[in-house]
Amino acid sequence: MAILVIAEHDDSSIKAATLNAVTAATKLGGEVHLLVAGSNCAAAAAAAARISGVGKVLLADAPHYADQSPENVAALLVSIAGAYSHLLAAATTRGKNCMPRVAALLDVAQISEISGVESADTFVRPIYAGNVVATVQSADPVKVITVRATAFEAAGEGGSAAIESLPAGPDLGLSRLLGRELTKSERPELTAAKVIVSGGRGMANGENFHRLLEPLADKLGAALGASRAAVDAGFVPNDYQVGQTGKIVAPQLYIAVGISGAIQHLAGMKDSKIIVAINKDAEAPIFQVADYGLVADLFEVLPALQAELG
Amino acid sequence: MKILVPVKRVVDYNVKVRVKPDASDVDLANVKMSMNPFDEIAVEEAVRLKEAGIATEVVAVSAGVANCQETLRTAMAIGADRGILIQTDVELQPLAVAKLLQAVCAKEQPQLVLCGKQAIDDDANQTGQMLAGLMGWPQATFASKLVVAGQQATVTREIDGGLETIEVVLPAVVSTDLRLNEPRYATLPNIMKAKRKPLETTTPAALGVDVAPRLKTLKAAEPPKRTAGIKVADAADLVLKLKTEAKVI
Repeated sequence: MAILVIAEHDDSSIKAATLNAVTAATKLGGEVHLLVAGSNCAAAAAAAARISGVGKVLLADAPHYADQSPENVAALLVSIAGAYSHLLAAATTRGKNCMPRVAALLDVAQISEISGVESADTFVRPIYAGNVVATVQSADPVKVITVRATAFEAAGEGGSAAIESLPAGPDLGLSRLLGRELTKSERPELTAAKVIVSGGRGMANGENFHRLLEPLADKLGAALGASRAAVDAGFVPNDYQVGQTGKIVAPQLYIAVGISGAIQHLAGMKDSKIIVAINKDAEAPIFQVADYGLVADLFEVLPALQAELG
Repeated sequence: MKILVPVKRVVDYNVKVRVKPDASDVDLANVKMSMNPFDEIAVEEAVRLKEAGIATEVVAVSAGVANCQETLRTAMAIGADRGILIQTDVELQPLAVAKLLQAVCAKEQPQLVLCGKQAIDDDANQTGQMLAGLMGWPQATFASKLVVAGQQATVTREIDGGLETIEVVLPAVVSTDLRLNEPRYATLPNIMKAKRKPLETTTPAALGVDVAPRLKTLKAAEPPKRTAGIKVADAADLVLKLKTEAKVI
């Protein structure tokens, strides 16, 4: 049986995390199809068709998919699920919102944020903020899964899949999008960045993020992240948060500045290749996972770092 | 308007869990248990809606072992009016809990179910969405702001790129994110008062729900440990090492 991946897109392009979900799907043994549900989303479907490893793109283009509400998308998925052994989506806020609803409507379990595929019915997933890794087996006829993007390589380009139009499912009319306030940034997206500069409570205020961390991030071509404490204190917007319930990242280089390193934060970044910690408290738990630790006052180190980087 | 708040008894968020020597599961013997932090936010929000005169009753519901009573008492100390315990020793997975809640919703007819977005033990983030699907209700997950007016709720949601505001018709399921509110500390008089609030006990069988687990845990392991690296002297040393040793910049 084939495997269906639900593409995350903005009607014109495919979001990076979907590429990782495609790679997870290719490990399950079956043809991989990609569903693009949206409104005026032919361009996204064309982009989906170019992803390597995708055998077919299903396009559901209708006005009531404009918001990609979980209610309408789940209803569509349930109507086509019979042809598939697995339904996958990236474990983004959108995937996490929609897939459990799909699973419940199909009367099957959902398997959250898999970080490994052992076989077609056995998966590895982190629990307890990543302090434990569980191997779970599903006996359900269809497996509904979300995929931790950082645990799988991104699928490449070079495919030329056929695009097939699907009849739209019902419009349930249960919810209405009033608006989105998206953080605008020229920097790379947090979950796709090679380098991340992240600030914590030690930054003291939002102005310091702007004045001290942003220039450093720009010198390194890095994304900006934050600990929960910094977001709760209002220094930066919510979508900067790295951690158990925020974003999971695994860049080549993660620089934690003024972050103590609560287990909930470590859960979101401990798979980074190189971790740098800058903190004036030598006892901060962040140093236990850092490859390079600098015990110093961040207000002195950050300008010096900028100068060193030229 | 009646609000139903599901609450889960989980390992306290400060506890670092370990796996059993036979790697079959997590070792929960003699570990401090608390209410899931996201559920505490849900209870707080429901109680605030009652204090604002929007909700008339807040019912807390928990499923699991007998000790979940303590979690329900905590919810009632924050301000829930009564509790329902669905008692079982069977390991409950999200689909089973969603079905139990569906049965409770059929009986209690709440206009709003306010739940935590995720439990910090299994990190599943599923139950609210599953319940909404089973009930055919709209869902507003990851809420950082909730306004209930008439037959509608306007919910601001935390999403990957920032924030999104949606309007859902009631009844609905709303799941809470971290920044919805800061839960109050239960005062001693309220803790005492909570002991006298009604707590009804039922079972999955009485509700007619099959709670058999669908997923089997084959193994639980601790992930490879990261070891602490070295301390560097200053910014210049750090940049040098990142360039020549780690080769990441």
